[in-house]
Amino acid sequence: MSSFWSAWVIVLTLGLLVAIIVLLRWNMKNYTDVAEGEEMGHEFDGIVEINNPLPKWWTYLFWICIVWGFVYLALYPGLGNFQGLLGWKSSNQDVRSLAESRAAEKRAEEEGLIVEYDRQMRAAEAEYGPIFAAYAARSIEDLAADPEAVAVGQRLFLQNCSQCHGSNAMGGPGFPNLTDDDWLHGGSPAKIKETIIGGRQGAMPAFGEQFTDQQITEVATYVLSLSGRKVDPELAAAGKTRFAVCSACHGVDGKGNQDIGSANLTDNIWLYGGSQAKVEETLRYGRNGVMPAWKDILGEDKVHVVAAYIYSLSNEQ
Amino acid sequence: MSQTSQQQPIDYNLKVVRQFTVMTIIWGIIGMALGVFIAAELIWPDLSLHLPYLTYSRLRPLHTNAVIFAFGTSALFATSYYVVQKTCQVRLFSDKLAAFTFWGWQAVIVAAVITLPLGITSSKEYAELEWPIDILIAVVWIAYALVFFATIVKRRTSHIYVANWFYGGFIVTIALLHIGNSLAVPVSFTKSYSMYSGAVDAMMQWWYGHNAVGFLLTAGFLGMMYYFVPKQAERPVYSYRLSVVHFWALISLYIWAGPHHLHYTALPDWTQSVGMVMSVILFVPSWGGMINGIMTLSGAWHKLRTDPILRFLIVSLSFYGMSTFEGPMMAIKSVNALSHYTDWTIGHVHSGALGWVAMISIGAMYFLVPRLFNQERLYSTRLVNVHFWLHTIGVVLYIVAMWISGVMQGLMWRATNSDGTLTYSFVESVEASYPFWFVRFVGGVFIVTGMLIMAYNCYKTIRAGQRASAAVSHDVKTA
Repeated sequence: MSSFWSAWVIVLTLGLLVAIIVLLRWNMKNYTDVAEGEEMGHEFDGIVEINNPLPKWWTYLFWICIVWGFVYLALYPGLGNFQGLLGWKSSNQDVRSLAESRAAEKRAEEEGLIVEYDRQMRAAEAEYGPIFAAYAARSIEDLAADPEAVAVGQRLFLQNCSQCHGSNAMGGPGFPNLTDDDWLHGGSPAKIKETIIGGRQGAMPAFGEQFTDQQITEVATYVLSLSGRKVDPELAAAGKTRFAVCSACHGVDGKGNQDIGSANLTDNIWLYGGSQAKVEETLRYGRNGVMPAWKDILGEDKVHVVAAYIYSLSNEQ
Repeated sequence: MSQTSQQQPIDYNLKVVRQFTVMTIIWGIIGMALGVFIAAELIWPDLSLHLPYLTYSRLRPLHTNAVIFAFGTSALFATSYYVVQKTCQVRLFSDKLAAFTFWGWQAVIVAAVITLPLGITSSKEYAELEWPIDILIAVVWIAYALVFFATIVKRRTSHIYVANWFYGGFIVTIALLHIGNSLAVPVSFTKSYSMYSGAVDAMMQWWYGHNAVGFLLTAGFLGMMYYFVPKQAERPVYSYRLSVVHFWALISLYIWAGPHHLHYTALPDWTQSVGMVMSVILFVPSWGGMINGIMTLSGAWHKLRTDPILRFLIVSLSFYGMSTFEGPMMAIKSVNALSHYTDWTIGHVHSGALGWVAMISIGAMYFLVPRLFNQERLYSTRLVNVHFWLHTIGVVLYIVAMWISGVMQGLMWRATNSDGTLTYSFVESVEASYPFWFVRFVGGVFIVTGMLIMAYNCYKTIRAGQRASAAVSHDVKTA
């Protein structure tokens, strides 16, 4: 903040504390014209007040709290731009990217500042880093067969992934089920890890402009027929003639393509719902699924263990 | 000074006091019953019947608005209008304006009852009402300030009684807080966006939010305490100078305390530190009020055995003392790291709201009802006693359950395994909380039952008063 606002904060904060001290000291003396223990001489609807002194223990408590307040404000950041004698702060501020954060962390270390967040992260890294480094040195297949490693991966999953994929990893509308054998981007250990590290974007364009409502119904019917569902054969046949547009991504046979993350339409597993209405909605408006990248959040070693847990789900030993 | 009043009885405006008193009881029942309902929803979510209007998310703000602004603030209107007249020995300034504050305030509450279940909300906690209602609140509040302060100006006593300092401080500050925090850009009749953004918006919100606690739920009710405790105990106020220190220290420190709601957030470190320091020091003047109230009873302790109304008032001060010790402690960052976002906060709020605010209001209402409706005493003192025990047991069940579940949640959330991963997922802490939520619900049922008994007792008292005055006017006519 500017030095004006800094001074503003300092003057108001210290000014208030000083005013409280003056107030307390003033009332510790009997400034009234009435002796202590006597009535004040005004009466309100039968209520009178006595000029009793402030309880001693209460004034001590007040002094202790005020002195503690000054000490705290001397040690920690509180008085405007004054950083406090301990050089402590909770985290680096005005940081807008990971690069800026790393630079700020380095700067704080050089200046000898105690940045609580960085300190705790470093402590955690020092304590737990080796555990995960040891896991990372083993293959995902190997970890998936190790119940202890799977349990660690499951805990990481519950805290970081379950918000979308569910506590049981079975997903929900828009969020893939990770326990079946159907993989949008591939279910090999390497592919699972790749997905978690870099995230994925599953974009299906909207065809509401290109197709009429009737055509949408026809194409949706054909799509449903691909997984052996009972449909109106005439509508399906009409839809098939327009499926060429879809086959660019989903393949001529509709089996999808894991290299580009296009869904397999023949297995009766539906990320966004498999009713006629839901498939039509998908066609009309398109879909945009986003899986965030976890490399910078969890770090590669932890991702490795999470990948082992996910891999174990569809490859039960 | 007040001696003149003995010759000529003053024609006080008790009509508006009666209206607010009756509405205090009615809104109290509605607001607390809503609280019990949403407490039950946490255990049995299907109680919402899958209707959006009955979901926890929409009824929770209605509950808080109903108990703070309908129940609590009606009690403050009723008592402040009564106390300012009695202690200034003068009739309220402008009957019309006073009547406007009553009907205006009821309109605000009815608007809240309609808009909040419909999902019309500014989403600011304790300030959810949308901008047209906010404007009505501001207008009613300014009228309230006018009535109150003009009455003080035309007082017939030389000094201004301490109860009126607190009421005055509360009225002025709430106007400031409400208008400051509610500044918004309307985009339609039912939707607006805050003038502030990001961390500034959060800070404004909690500057308002904590001072709604500090000035409405603390200073206002201390005003109530300073009249009804000495009146009911028939004892002098313990220390005039203590009231001077704790009044000025309380109002000047409280206004800084908001940042303790935003520890460990994007709020700058300096703001968090200053908020924490002021919150901790605030503990001492807060206790000043408790000491002055409880010491006022010295020499009259035996009355507690026979007078359940006095018991309500004094136990409320004990809860006040407890929650004003707990609050500053929770404002310390390292304690807050455990307590924040857990049920402990909910327990803390309710030991203040049900223990302090509700009990002092209930005591004051029991004091007022016979006096306002021409009766010598309440219909049944025994029922007051029953209410006292139901309420006390209810509050204790509530806050003990929330303490245990709060500390448990805090500990579960921070527990880590040897590999650094969290021991519990969030949903496990939810599951572990169910037994305590049930106890909380039972506590709430006790409290609402007590409120219904109060309503019955007051209704019988009011009816008896009406019959008595009808008999008097009948006698006059036939004579």
